[in-house]
Amino acid sequence: MAREVLLGDEAVGLGAVHAGLSGVYGYPGTPSTEIFEFVEGIAKRRGDIQATWSPNEKVAYEEALGMSWAGKRTLVTMKHVGLNVAADAFMNSAITGTNGALVLAVADDPGMHSSQNEQDSRYFAKFALIPCFEPRNQQECYDMTRDAMDLSEELGVPVMLRLVTRIAHSRAAVETTDAPREQNPLRPSKDIRKWTLLPSNARVQYRSLTEKQPAIADRAESSPYNVLELRGRRGVIACGITMNYVLENLPEDHDLSILAIGQYPVPLGLVRKLADHVDEILVVEDGYPFVEEAVRGPFGLPGVTVKGRMTGELPRTGELNPDLVRKALGLPDPPHAEVELPSLAGRPPTLCPGCPHTDTYRAMNEALEKYDRPQVFSDIGCYTLGALPPLEAIHSCVDMGASIGMAVGAAHAGYRPAVSVIGDSTFAHSGITGLLSAVNGNVPVTVVILDNDTVAMTGTQESQATAERLDRIVLGLGIDPEHFRIINPVPKEHETNVRVFAEELAHEGPSVIVARRPCIEKIKRHK
Amino acid sequence: MEKNLVLAGVGGQGILSIAFVIDNAALEAGFHFKQAEVHGMSQRGGAVQSNLRYADHPIHSDLIPVGKVDMVLSVEPLEALRYAGSLSPEGWIVSSVTPYVNIPDYPPMEEVLASLTAFPHTVLVDTGAVAKAAGNLRAQNMVAVGAAAPLLDFTDEQLLKYVRKLFARKGEKIVAVNERAYRFGKAAGLFYRGLIEAGLPARDALTVSSRMDPATVEPERAADWARLASDAAALEAIAGQDGLLDCREAAVPAAG
Ligand code: SF4
Repeated sequence: MAREVLLGDEAVGLGAVHAGLSGVYGYPGTPSTEIFEFVEGIAKRRGDIQATWSPNEKVAYEEALGMSWAGKRTLVTMKHVGLNVAADAFMNSAITGTNGALVLAVADDPGMHSSQNEQDSRYFAKFALIPCFEPRNQQECYDMTRDAMDLSEELGVPVMLRLVTRIAHSRAAVETTDAPREQNPLRPSKDIRKWTLLPSNARVQYRSLTEKQPAIADRAESSPYNVLELRGRRGVIACGITMNYVLENLPEDHDLSILAIGQYPVPLGLVRKLADHVDEILVVEDGYPFVEEAVRGPFGLPGVTVKGRMTGELPRTGELNPDLVRKALGLPDPPHAEVELPSLAGRPPTLCPGCPHTDTYRAMNEALEKYDRPQVFSDIGCYTLGALPPLEAIHSCVDMGASIGMAVGAAHAGYRPAVSVIGDSTFAHSGITGLLSAVNGNVPVTVVILDNDTVAMTGTQESQATAERLDRIVLGLGIDPEHFRIINPVPKEHETNVRVFAEELAHEGPSVIVARRPCIEKIKRHK
Repeated sequence: MEKNLVLAGVGGQGILSIAFVIDNAALEAGFHFKQAEVHGMSQRGGAVQSNLRYADHPIHSDLIPVGKVDMVLSVEPLEALRYAGSLSPEGWIVSSVTPYVNIPDYPPMEEVLASLTAFPHTVLVDTGAVAKAAGNLRAQNMVAVGAAAPLLDFTDEQLLKYVRKLFARKGEKIVAVNERAYRFGKAAGLFYRGLIEAGLPARDALTVSSRMDPATVEPERAADWARLASDAAALEAIAGQDGLLDCREAAVPAAG
């Protein structure tokens, strides 16, 4: 046994490596990024693990599925909203089933520290009819990843590992094995009907997935991660990390009956045992009221009051913490420093001093001045911070690639000028098809691609389409070379850049302006 | 034994480096620890914090409950105040008084200092000046670690080992600067505490300690300086100094 200091994310990565991983796939997204990066670091030293970022989560998932098809063990990582992008591959991989183990590590972001929503991936696991693990601490991140690999291979289904920000980005010592498992040999699955989801085959596969459900449920029922301890007549169900918040507030000799859940589907047998023993159950979970709704059902649980996020004991939205849980348990606040504090000025994140986006936005803002309250569609990356003062340059941020699709739709409706601002990596991820649509329809949109040569927001990972490759993609999609402009976003080019913007905004057809200058942070880090 | 720290500062100030040093020292000392940090969007010049807990027993929550914080350790004075409401009644604020102004509505510095010095248990250090004296303004985070060290549960060696490890990649010179920053920070913090323990009000203690040349600070001199500075005219003369004073020569500087 070795003891290592690891982030939850890193413990997942190491667990996968120690379970005989042959390939990791993913697209960067807070709070999941460090899973991939940790494996990538090991892969560089060892040379026998595939680890390159994919252009988006769907491609990543499909690549992982291909590795599983070939009989090897694979891990695919993404943030919760990334799973929306990969959903087609994900849902159907449950129907095909797997060959080598396939574990999906997905990091949810309750509280939206770095995301546009706080969707709960446990619904996706239930939707796809697959098992899901939810670690409570860094040790379980490591252990569960290894167990998930075994379970995936044993039952022939993908297995989800659901993390939340607070576990993904928290560090602790983890005990790791001295005897890592060997990698699988190449052992492709030639079971053609399983992989070819023509309706006639798909019906068979879907039935086979439903037939696995009792086994999947049994595994959750008997899981060492689902622990029921019966004491008094007040009950608590605590999922994943929230068990820590419960225990933090309780003395050793408390009299609550507690069911800790770390493996899904919801172990209804254990819930039944708890319900038979108590008068009320407080359900504590970080995310949506997933278990709470399952336990209460549409008409309530006879004889037992079920409390949680839906009944106001806990807030309906946002991240939980020990303080919120203490209140929900009806315990008093500990004394704390009595201080008169002035209301403090906030300190929101900002673009770095010297960031190329600032110069691009200044030029764009000036060119747009002559329009009446112009609205600019944008996307997800550092440049989203341009929505805040002092620039206030952009006016939307919905999902990866949405800026182009929305600008096209707005232009269809007659809105002018329809402007989209998107980063190079976001463009590669989900912008290409939107631009193709604009070209095919000869739609008057101005697409501004901020090419800073990296995926900046998540820590300067390699971009999939930058420099000449980006240019070739844009031109290859059919953008008229006369309306393909490249600007250098620096203060001394400001006048020129404003002119380029003004010309393209006036163009009644699709145009692309690439603002090309490397991210300052990338230059610093890769020196 | 259980210690709960909130590390605070602005994205880019090296909060996670502080965490690295204390995490590893805690591990080496045989403690359990958990340390929750912030990645992603807020790292871009926004307020960042990290909850760091260590104890001689297993720790449950990654987040520290309100009222259980033993120390807010901040590389920035406004950021120290942001988390001060979670302190236990006996809790400490160990903070820089060097402001990081990247927002338009940064409050007047005197107000920030008044709020900080109103806390009963503080260690306030001009980390900017101390880091500069140590050789690099960027070493403010290690100055803060040094200032906090006497209130933690590690030897200098346990902490310095990981200061060295952290900066080893950057070469001997940077390592030496950061070690010095740690030592200067520790001396500056102890000197400030010494002034207060000798009866000087916190705001005056800050005035006196800020005038000292960080390379000359000897905490044992605090009582002498406190005695001198308890006289209003002498305090004014110390405060009015343009240059830095040699701490080893406890004397009221000539006016001007
Ligand atoms: S990390 Fe790069 S892209 Fe992001 S704000 Fe800083 S300079 Fe700009």
